[in-house]
Amino acid sequence: MTRTPLRPLARILDARQKGENPDAIERENIRLRAEAQRDRSRARAEGRLVLLGLGFFCAFTMIVARMGLLAATDPVEPRAATSGAEITALRSDITDRNGRVLATNLVTHALYAHPKQMIDPARVAAELARIFPDLNAEDLNRRFTDGRSFLWLRRKLSPEQVQAVHDIGDPGLLFGPREMRLYPNGRLAAHVLGGASFGAEGVHAAEIIGVAGVERALDERLRDPALASQPLALSIDLTVQAATAEILSSGIRMMNAKGGTAIILDVHTGEVLTMVSLPDFDPNDRPNPAVKGDPADSPLFNRAVQGVYELGSTFKIFAVAQAMELGLVGPETMVDANAPMKWGKYTIKEFQNKNYGPLLSVTNVIAKSSNVGTAKIALQIGGDRQQAFLKSLGFFAPTPLELTEAPRARPLIPARWPEIVTITASYGHGMSASPMHLAAAYAAIANGGVAVTPTLLRREAAPAGTRLMSARVAEESVKMLRNVVLHGTASLGDVEGYEVAGKTGTADKPKATGGYYKDKVINTFASTFPASDPKYVLVLTLDEPEETSGPEPRRTAGWTAVPVAAEVIRRVAPLLGLRPIEAAPQDALTQVRN
Amino acid sequence: MRPLVYVFTVLGIMGLAFWAYRENYATQRALRQLSSLQSEIGDLREALSVQRAEWAYLNRPERLRDLTALNFDRLSLLPMEPGQFQAVSNVALPPPPLPEPALVPTDVQGELPPVEGADQ
Repeated sequence: MTRTPLRPLARILDARQKGENPDAIERENIRLRAEAQRDRSRARAEGRLVLLGLGFFCAFTMIVARMGLLAATDPVEPRAATSGAEITALRSDITDRNGRVLATNLVTHALYAHPKQMIDPARVAAELARIFPDLNAEDLNRRFTDGRSFLWLRRKLSPEQVQAVHDIGDPGLLFGPREMRLYPNGRLAAHVLGGASFGAEGVHAAEIIGVAGVERALDERLRDPALASQPLALSIDLTVQAATAEILSSGIRMMNAKGGTAIILDVHTGEVLTMVSLPDFDPNDRPNPAVKGDPADSPLFNRAVQGVYELGSTFKIFAVAQAMELGLVGPETMVDANAPMKWGKYTIKEFQNKNYGPLLSVTNVIAKSSNVGTAKIALQIGGDRQQAFLKSLGFFAPTPLELTEAPRARPLIPARWPEIVTITASYGHGMSASPMHLAAAYAAIANGGVAVTPTLLRREAAPAGTRLMSARVAEESVKMLRNVVLHGTASLGDVEGYEVAGKTGTADKPKATGGYYKDKVINTFASTFPASDPKYVLVLTLDEPEETSGPEPRRTAGWTAVPVAAEVIRRVAPLLGLRPIEAAPQDALTQVRN
Repeated sequence: MRPLVYVFTVLGIMGLAFWAYRENYATQRALRQLSSLQSEIGDLREALSVQRAEWAYLNRPERLRDLTALNFDRLSLLPMEPGQFQAVSNVALPPPPLPEPALVPTDVQGELPPVEGADQ
């Protein structure tokens, strides 16, 4: 661009010649220059505005396009992300404490029918009745032809049955996928697991709901999708449970009992390692609850938790432990045990009307199971303190176990607590509790006097419990229990190497009409082992046992429950990894070697 | 100069479009493969759970007990007993290891003098 001078000499001279003002030329040139400058600035500003506008246009177009895309497309899960594979199970598995499967899910099929699409209902009905013997061909045919358009036939099919139904080849028979609950161990731990059934059912899926036991009590946890891939670990040890169930069932047969239960509890953590109740049932095919008769006779009845009975002399140790804790007696204190004892209109007698008196040491009150001696000790303690102590041991509330049956099985406690109840409760009559209550209370004594909460879930560490008695009193109590096995009523319960300590209890069964049966008893043996450092509590109860090897039937716990419990300990303690305490006598060979 | 720039730009755009087209189909193929893999994983997991259930069923204590009873003459398995616990000192020590058999022959009598006139 050529720059024009403000005062071009040619024009100035020319203007001067014509007598014009040369300044006008200069002003004119200044004006032209300013105009040119303005035009340039304007053009630049316009360019910038257009660029800015374009930028905004592009940005907004992109946003609008993206929004439109998002609004117009169907939502899809991001397929590239790795997810979804874990959420295959509807319900978590249940395992024992070592990870062995107790309950799992299995994919199977349900069978339903669309009768309107059926080609030959009569033939289908006949074929189905051949595959499933419990279906009636005529009945089926009637239902296929009465005009309905949908019909459930079976909830679970085995693969063979699916194939057989396929082979019928009728388009009116359809399958729906189903997850079913499977208990591979059958009857083992049936009362712990309970069972499951279908809730809301659709053609494509059905929800599984727990109906009893852990399955029902922890239904929320088992159905939680976030935890579905993690199995629920119970405190039960499958091996120990199986060994206990085997011995208990042969014990029940040998002792001609109606049923029985065995509980093994870890005294430090409160974990229930074993809970057997016989007779039992198969949770894969859970029977219907009995509608008539005594519910306690049903195999569904969990004697360990629901069997609320008077537990007899096993309670005596609580009275003695409390008296020692209060400083009223010591292990060698002599107490009045002169039987029979008169209290108002009641007479307290000993077993077979014996008399262990006039004086008996507290250790021997437990060893010989003297009702009168315990009653005298309980009277020294007094009703209020006795109630408070039994309450702290957990006898006044249902057990906190993770079972649906547990909160409903309330112990039976007399409404009033006169002195006669103080007397009878001291030897386990007049108030009723379940074997699980007893196991928890014995665990408190065996745990050095610190309360233990029983649980069916595996625990890593024991929660801190409240102290119920001093460690010294707990130790003395275990020593007394050991003495029962060494020199007292439970002498058949000694297992070499495991220092069994325990107390027998025999209680007459109450009649439904009031009063007690003369020849029906509940025998209990509550024990802990090894006595020098208690680790486990075993409570074994037999319902209506009768030992008939002698000339007349024996119905005391020492003859029925104790030998069975001893066999349980002999089999189970090695499985629990418990080493016998007294070194086995060395045979000649090893002596030479050493 | 300018037409050359246009030609290269157009060629570049065509190349990029071709590349994007191929990538698009490759991605779709990968996604299809992924979904088939995931359904395969799901099936395998299902099969695994069935096999776990079967394993648990075959290893149920009742069956194992029956099997040990059936095969008692071969296995002689008995329930574990307290007497089977032993002190560590009662466990026999392993016997001292035998000397390694000599693989390379060694001279025990000294070297023979070389024989005169023999080929070495």
